[in-house]
Amino acid sequence: MRWLRKRLVGIIAVLVLVYLFIPIAVIMVLSFNNPAGKYNLSWNEFSLAAWTNICGVPGVCSSFVTSIEIGIISTIFATILGTMISFALVRYRFRGRSTTNLLIFLPMATPEVVMGASLLALFLNLRFPLGQLTVTIAHIMFIISFVVVTVKARLQGMDPRLEEAARDLYANPRAVFRYVTFPLVLPGILGAALLGFSLSFDDFIISFFNAGTLVTFPIYIWGAAQRGIPVQVNALATIVFLVALVIVLSGQLLSYRRRKALEAR
Amino acid sequence: MADQQGDRNVEDLHLQSLTKKFGDVAAVDDLTLTIPAGSFFALLGASGCGKTTTLRMVAGLEDPTAGTIRIGDKDITGLRAFERPVNTVFQSYALFPHLDIFENVAFGLRRRGIKDVTTQVEQILDLVELGPMARRKPTQLSGGQQQRVAVARALINKPDVLLLDEPLGALDLKLRRQMQIELKRIQVDVGTTFVHVTHDQEEAMTMADTVAVMNKGRIEQMGHPADIYELPRTVFVANFLGQSNLFDGRRSGMSGDDILVDSHGLTFAIPSDRFFAEGEDAIVGVRPEKIHIADGADVDTVPENHNRVPGRVTDVSYTGVSTQYLVEAAWGQELGVFEQNVVVGDRCDVGDRVVLHWSPSHTFGLDPSGGSTVGVDTEVLALGALNARLLGDSAGA
Amino acid sequence: MVAVVPARGGQAAPQQVAQRSSRTGYLLLFPGLAWLAVFFAIPFVTLFLTSLQQPIPGKSGKYQFGLEFGNYATALSEYWELYLRSFVYAGIATVLALAIAYPLAYFIAFRAGQWRSLMLVLVIAPSFASFLLRTYAWKTILADEGWITSTLNALHLLPEGRILNTGIAVVAGLTYNFLPFMILPLYAALEKIDPRLIEAAGDLYASPQTAFRKVTWPLSLPGVVAGTLLTFIPAAGDYINAALLGSTGNRMIGNAIQINFIQFRDYPTASALSFMLMAAILVLVFTYIRRAGTEDLL
Repeated sequence: MRWLRKRLVGIIAVLVLVYLFIPIAVIMVLSFNNPAGKYNLSWNEFSLAAWTNICGVPGVCSSFVTSIEIGIISTIFATILGTMISFALVRYRFRGRSTTNLLIFLPMATPEVVMGASLLALFLNLRFPLGQLTVTIAHIMFIISFVVVTVKARLQGMDPRLEEAARDLYANPRAVFRYVTFPLVLPGILGAALLGFSLSFDDFIISFFNAGTLVTFPIYIWGAAQRGIPVQVNALATIVFLVALVIVLSGQLLSYRRRKALEAR
Repeated sequence: MADQQGDRNVEDLHLQSLTKKFGDVAAVDDLTLTIPAGSFFALLGASGCGKTTTLRMVAGLEDPTAGTIRIGDKDITGLRAFERPVNTVFQSYALFPHLDIFENVAFGLRRRGIKDVTTQVEQILDLVELGPMARRKPTQLSGGQQQRVAVARALINKPDVLLLDEPLGALDLKLRRQMQIELKRIQVDVGTTFVHVTHDQEEAMTMADTVAVMNKGRIEQMGHPADIYELPRTVFVANFLGQSNLFDGRRSGMSGDDILVDSHGLTFAIPSDRFFAEGEDAIVGVRPEKIHIADGADVDTVPENHNRVPGRVTDVSYTGVSTQYLVEAAWGQELGVFEQNVVVGDRCDVGDRVVLHWSPSHTFGLDPSGGSTVGVDTEVLALGALNARLLGDSAGA
Repeated sequence: MVAVVPARGGQAAPQQVAQRSSRTGYLLLFPGLAWLAVFFAIPFVTLFLTSLQQPIPGKSGKYQFGLEFGNYATALSEYWELYLRSFVYAGIATVLALAIAYPLAYFIAFRAGQWRSLMLVLVIAPSFASFLLRTYAWKTILADEGWITSTLNALHLLPEGRILNTGIAVVAGLTYNFLPFMILPLYAALEKIDPRLIEAAGDLYASPQTAFRKVTWPLSLPGVVAGTLLTFIPAAGDYINAALLGSTGNRMIGNAIQINFIQFRDYPTASALSFMLMAAILVLVFTYIRRAGTEDLL
C-alpha cells in the first residue's frame, strides 16, 4: 500500500503518456493494413502495399507537397515578422504597448473557426481569389503570435550583462548583435520556426475556410474521411511523426550529451 | 609603481560632479573623485547606494545626467562603452556561453581588428593559470575559474582602468579569500588602476589601497582602510564599516586637548582631532575591540584617564580567538565588547557587574544628524527586536 | 519539533535591460503588427458587416450591405442548442483534461529528474501526427465491436449501448486532442514552485494533502487558469471531433458555421454565428479570469 502511495503519481503519469500515444499506435499499425472494405478502420491483414507505393493514390502526394510548400513559406515569413516584434517588445520603448500585446494574444485565444470565417469574410468582400496565397496569408497570421511568445521568452531569459560585456569589449552595436545577441537567441528562433511549421502543416480549419479549390494534406484527409482514407495517408503521417520526433529528440540528446560531458568533467 | 605596460602611461581617473538621476531619485549625487593611477580603489556601500551606477557610468553603460569623466586629460564622458579604454569584470562574470574560453578572452582584441591574437591570449591565460582550459566552454569551469577568465578577458585589452563589479559575490567564502589575494597579486603585476565595487567591507579592506564608503549617492568618507576604520567621521561609516558602540551626548567642556561630552550621567573625553560634531549635541563612539572589561578587584586598576561605563553582562559568546560580550549599561543600552582570549579561563559570566573602560584616544565624536543607527544592517536590528520579543514572552510565561 | 529556516537561494536578479526609445522599435513592430491588423483585426470588422448583410432580392445566394440585425435573432433561434452543446462539451472536456493533465504535469515538474525534458518531448510528440488522423483513430479505438465499448457494455455503463456517434465519443475526442494545451501551462506553473516551499509546509505540520491544498494548488493556479482557457476555447470552437466521432445529434456550433459558410453559402448567418461565438467566449473568459483573480495573465 505504502509502495503504491509513493508511486501513484508516477504510475498515473506514465498511464497518461501511454494514453497520449494510443492513437499514434493505431495510425502506425493501420499503415501496414490491407483493409477489408473501403474504410481503413479495423485490422484485416498485413500488407506493405502502402509503403512500397506511397504516392499510389492520386492526390495524396500532391496535397502533401502543397502543405510542405505552404508550411515552409509561411514559417519563414512568420518567423521573421514575429522575431522582429519580439525584439521590439523586449528591447524598445514605444507607445501602444498594451494594444500590441492584445493584438498578439488574441489570435491565440480565438477559436480557429472564427479566425477562418472572418478571414474568409474579408477575402469574399474584397473578391480576392481563394487558393494557396490566401492559405499562406492565413497561416502567417496565426503563426506570428506563437513565434513572438517563443522568441520573447528566450530574449527575456538572456542575461542583459552579456550584451553589456560585449559593448565593454569594443563591440559596436552591429557587432554585439552579430557575435552575441543573435547566436544566443538563435535556438529560440529555430524552436519557434519548428513550432510554426508543425502548426501550419497540421492546420485544417483555417485552411479549409480559405482554400477554395486548393487541397492541402489535412484537407485531403478531411475529404477522404467520407469515402475512406487511403492507407498511404497513414504511412505518410507515420513518416512525418517519426521525422519530427527524430529532429526534436536529437536536439534533446545533444543537450543531454553536453550536460553529461559537464558532469564527467 | 613601475609601468609594466610598455610605453603607455597609466593616468588618473577623474570624476567631476558626476550625477545620475532615475526619475526624481538621484542614484549618484554630485560625485567628485580622483582615483590615482595604478591604485586599487574600492567603492564600498550597501545595495542601492549608487556604487554600481557610478561604475556603470565609468564603463559607459549608463549615461550620466550631469558631470564629466576624465582619464588624465582625456574627457571620455561622451564616448560609448565600446570606445572607452575601460574594461569591466561583471558581477557573475557574463562570460559568453556560446564561445569557448579562448574566444571569450580574444573577444575584445578581435573586435578591435587585431588579427593575430593567439600569443596574447595564451600569455594572459597563463597569467591566470588557465592555459589548459582554453578550449572549454564557460559552463564547464568552476566558479573560481570563470572568475579568472572574466579578469583575463578584461585585462588582455590593457585598459587604463579595470572595473570590478562585485567580482567575488558568487563565490563561497573560502574561494573568495583565495581570489582576494589572487586579484591583488594580478593588480600589482599589471599595475592597472582597479576600481572595485563591493558591499563586503572585509573584501574592500583586504584588497584596496583606498576605500571610499558610499551612501545615498555620495561619498561619506575616503582613505586608507585602517584610517577609516580607526577614525570614522560619520555615524554611517562607524556602523557600516565594522561595528561601533554609539551613545548620544552633549558637549560639556574641555580638558586639555580633549573635548568632554556628557552622556547618560557619565562624562567621556574625546581628543579634539577625533571630534566631528558641528553643534552642541554629539555622539560618542568606540569600537568593541578597544574596550577593556574589568570585574571585581580589577576595577581598581582601571587607568584614571580612561572613559568608563559600568554595566551588567547579559550575554557571552565564545568564538575561539575572542570572546564577545554584551553588557547592559545603566540606561538600558547594550554595548558590544570583543576580548582576545589571551588568558584561558578568565571570563566573565552572564549577570556579572563589570566596568567597561577604554582610552580617550580610541574614542571618537560624531555629528548626530540622522541618528545613531544609520548604516546598521536593518536585518540585524529586526532580529534584535524579534529576539527581545521572544525573550520578553518567555520571561512572562 | 525542528523548524528549519530554508537557505535564501540565488543572488540579486539581473537589472532590467535599458530599453531604447527610437524609430527602430516602431520599424521592427510595424510589418508584423500590420499583418495582424490587416488579416486578423480588420476581418472582424468585415465579419461584423457581413453578419448584417441582407439578401439581394431576386438573386439567391447574393448579399448586399445592410443593417439586418434580425440575422442574429434568426441565427440564435435556429442554433441556440448548438451553442449550449458546444459549451457543455467543451466544459466537460476541460474538466476531464485538467484531472488527467495535473498528475502528469506534477510528476514532470517535481519527480521526473533527468527524464524531465524527454517527458516534455513525449507530451508534444503526438501533435506531430496529423490532428485529423488522430481524431479518426479514435473511431477505431471506440468502435462498436472494440474491447472498450464491449467491456463498458458488459458493465451496462453505456446508456446508448455504444460510444461512437454519441456525445461521449465527441467529449472523449475533445479531451484527448487538447490535452497538451492543458499539460504545458500546468507544467510551466508547477515548475516555478520552489520544492522547498512544499518541504517548508511539511516542516510546519502540514500533511501531504494539506500541503497540496494550501501550497501547491494555489501556487499552480495561474497554470490552471491558462490551461483551462487554452483547452476550453479551441474545444468550444472545434467541429472536427463532432463531425468525425459524433452523429448529427452531436453537432457543435463550429459545424453550423462551417456548413453555413462553405456549403450553404449563407454568409450573413454564418458570420452572425461566428461573431456571437467569439463574443460569448470573450465574455466567459473575462468573467472567468476576473473570478480566478489572475488578470495579470493577459
